Amino acid sequence: MTLTKADLVQKIYQTHNLTKAQATGVVEAFLKISKDCLSCGDDLLISGFGKFNIKNKNARRGRNPQTGNELILDARKVVTFKPSGILRDRVNGQV
Amino acid sequence: MNKSELIEAIAQQENLPHREASSITNTILETMIDTLARGESIEIRGFGSFVIKEYDAYHGRNPKTGEKIEVPPKRLPFFKVGKELKEKVNQGG
Repeated sequence: MTLTKADLVQKIYQTHNLTKAQATGVVEAFLKISKDCLSCGDDLLISGFGKFNIKNKNARRGRNPQTGNELILDARKVVTFKPSGILRDRVNGQV
Repeated sequence: MNKSELIEAIAQQENLPHREASSITNTILETMIDTLARGESIEIRGFGSFVIKEYDAYHGRNPKTGEKIEVPPKRLPFFKVGKELKEKVNQGG
């Protein structure tokens, strides 16, 4: 089963003394603040989980694979994720 | 931004005591880690998704000594950035 935002809200609602609306609000805040942080070009470091980095990609010449036409791909920023050692160990069944 | 700054920002925005915001943040992260540890995926609209990729065992080499080593099969979490976040990051806010 895939974990979704609704599952996170449900989990917070069950484990904390909050209304459903409050639980939703906190999960939304968690995501909004994380997104805003990355949107500003700031890295997000979550100990025990991993880090989200912003990488600057230079403009480069590319090709449309379908038509073979050359085109310039503009410089852009991308988000990369590096899992922490703890997360990697947990995923591999250790700890 | 690190985890304690994130918790502080949540506490302020949601008007929660620091301890409560911290506990909720840890529950969110623990739930995500448990999901991935079971080999299941996470999909958060607008943010991104996490999937587990499985790798077979292979013969590797220690790049420094050239020594042959057996790399055991492993699983790694992968993050794919969501459309909304991808666009926001590119626009710089």
